[in-house]
Amino acid sequence: MTPEQIHEKLSEKFGEDIIALKGEELDPFIQVNPARIFEIADYLHTSPSLKFTSLMCLSGMDYGVDSEPSLGVVYSLHSMERGHKLTLRVDLPRENPQLPSVETIWHTADWHEREAFDLFGIVFAGHRDLRRILCPDDWEGYPLRKDYVVQEFYHGVRVPYQEDWRKYETLEKNTERGHYVFKFESKVPHLVEPAENGNGDTKKAGE
Amino acid sequence: MPISKQPYTGKEKKFVEEGVYGDNFIVTSVDGFLSWARLSSLWPMTFGLACCAIEMMATAAPRYDLDRFGAGVMRPSPRQTDLMIVAGTVTMKMADRIKRLYDQMPEPKYVLSMGSCATSGGPYWEHGYHVLKGVDLIVPVDVYVTGCPPRPEALIDGVLKIQDKIRKESLFKLKSQEKARV
Repeated sequence: MTPEQIHEKLSEKFGEDIIALKGEELDPFIQVNPARIFEIADYLHTSPSLKFTSLMCLSGMDYGVDSEPSLGVVYSLHSMERGHKLTLRVDLPRENPQLPSVETIWHTADWHEREAFDLFGIVFAGHRDLRRILCPDDWEGYPLRKDYVVQEFYHGVRVPYQEDWRKYETLEKNTERGHYVFKFESKVPHLVEPAENGNGDTKKAGE
Repeated sequence: MPISKQPYTGKEKKFVEEGVYGDNFIVTSVDGFLSWARLSSLWPMTFGLACCAIEMMATAAPRYDLDRFGAGVMRPSPRQTDLMIVAGTVTMKMADRIKRLYDQMPEPKYVLSMGSCATSGGPYWEHGYHVLKGVDLIVPVDVYVTGCPPRPEALIDGVLKIQDKIRKESLFKLKSQEKARV
């Protein structure tokens, strides 16, 4: 089926939630309402004439801080049985971007959604294990956003490059075997046990 | 006495006197003997992070055969190793683990920073938000090997430099040396 036919079929079923078909693009895509993405994906997956059994890719997008839309997600679908392809696109606001997860429909989406969450901060509601996948669990910010500013210190070691490292006090005070090193606090998250007494410092990684 | 940066020429310190007490006897100092034993059986940690690890594997494989220098016994546990070859890009996430592995190694221990990524962040030095800008910021490094990635000959040269360092060290003076160096 061509994208036009698929768009027609979807429009019959979902009406207003199918926003537009951009057919003149190199890769024709259908823009849909993010709130209904789960039902639309389920229909695309199960309908006998469509049978999109494979999610080839799920990408998070950042179109720019001031542009409208600001964030988005692109789904690239492929049907093994019917041999046709389709690209779905949803647009999201920059503040609190949230949409339903399709992880239970295509298991491929599990890690792809975790990646989009890790690097763009897009929250997929209903995902069963929505953790960061590439960055450490206690990393701050979402690195692939256009307005991302890298944090200055991570566990006591400076992250951005500096010409003269020795101007940092942490480096100055710590010598190990004659070398200047940062006092790097090694915290492997799953091995860190919360302190039970003392100062009541039970701050966990990622908080 | 701080460790000299001059390359080893074989004339600085005589380890072995032969023929003093006749055939089949050699005379050496305990220090020299222990240094010789340690430098001849450097056990590196099986520990590769990126493409440099491929060159490290090639170095340990038969064509370059790191075992000729006694450093071919790659141990999977930090408790059994003398040498940590940091082969590849050190991400912030991995830096946690590297520091942990380094702390688990028994003394005396040595660190070889292999390639530009481990030495200074390499191509990620300016815009790599996730890369540690040199492993020497968290663990003390003894020898840096340049290259991206270094050829096996370069890594072998780095191991020989570590051996030179051990040859000039004294186990009994290590503590005082450390104080002097700090």
